[in-house]
Amino acid sequence: MRFILTLILFVLPISAFAAIDTYEFKDEATRERFKELTFELRCPKCQNQNLQDSNSPIAEDLRNEVYKMLQDESSNDEIMDFMVARYGEFVLYKPPVNETTYILWYGPFGLAFIGLIVLLVVSRKRKRNDVSEVDLETHLSNDETARLDDILKKGERND
Amino acid sequence: MRRFILFLPLVIAIGIGGFLWKGLQLDPTELPSALLNKPFPAFELPALADSELTLTENDLKGEVALVNVWATWCPSCKQEHAQLNRIKAEGYKVIGINYKDERQKANIWLKKYLDPYAVNVYDDKGTLGLDLGVYGAPETYVIDKDGVIQYKHVGVVDEAVWQKLKAIIDQLKNGPKVATQ
Repeated sequence: MRFILTLILFVLPISAFAAIDTYEFKDEATRERFKELTFELRCPKCQNQNLQDSNSPIAEDLRNEVYKMLQDESSNDEIMDFMVARYGEFVLYKPPVNETTYILWYGPFGLAFIGLIVLLVVSRKRKRNDVSEVDLETHLSNDETARLDDILKKGERND
Repeated sequence: MRRFILFLPLVIAIGIGGFLWKGLQLDPTELPSALLNKPFPAFELPALADSELTLTENDLKGEVALVNVWATWCPSCKQEHAQLNRIKAEGYKVIGINYKDERQKANIWLKKYLDPYAVNVYDDKGTLGLDLGVYGAPETYVIDKDGVIQYKHVGVVDEAVWQKLKAIIDQLKNGPKVATQ
């Protein structure tokens, strides 16, 4: 008995969820487009939710509007343009590429490029430093070789 | 030169800190209006006071005015109502858009708390609100005499906000010769 009750309790919320979607679409493709559009469009009131997630009245209105436009055979672009004309580019979760968003789209690549250059310059400099140290060891002038020999000899004598 | 490079991370950190600090002062709920400098959207809706009377965007033209989107279900609208009455008393024109409301409730409200509106558009389905990009009442717009939207304020109009709006309205009324604020 207890087991059955637990089972029922587990199943109940699932059926409740299924009841939320009350839109009827003429085909599966339109349903997919509706899902896609309400996922991509941001609710203007609740900031960090899309139209799909939000329960605010304005999101509901906009969902209805998307649904209505889909029934009227509007293209995805038309629906997006409709929303942007009223609520601005804020409603797009994927901002378009234009002058104001260049830094958003290309900034990361620019930074990576700068990082790469810095890396190259630093490693190149280090390599050059290594080379010059080797040069110091191997290329002594005649005077220096003589002095070195002198010092080494002195050292041996002291031992 | 070498010394300077050592300080570079500090300089960058301060720069980023500056931007983040600025970000703290910004209000993310304030969206820039997509309709700035665009004509008021076309509509054909009944007046709140008289369902027989049909209003269009042409009824808003002729004078620089505030357009206030309000409803009886919106607590902040009640908060700003007294301020709107004061604005009317100062001799400025306020047009109302009664947004997704019930006609009877709205008319009772205006009797009870006084009516600051020259005229009220009854937008019960929120269609005009949608075209205006309204996402939360109250919202207040400044339109010029040709019905072009010049400014949008989202949220309560208090005395401080009104001073800002007034400067914009006065400038529109007197032409561009008068300096802002």
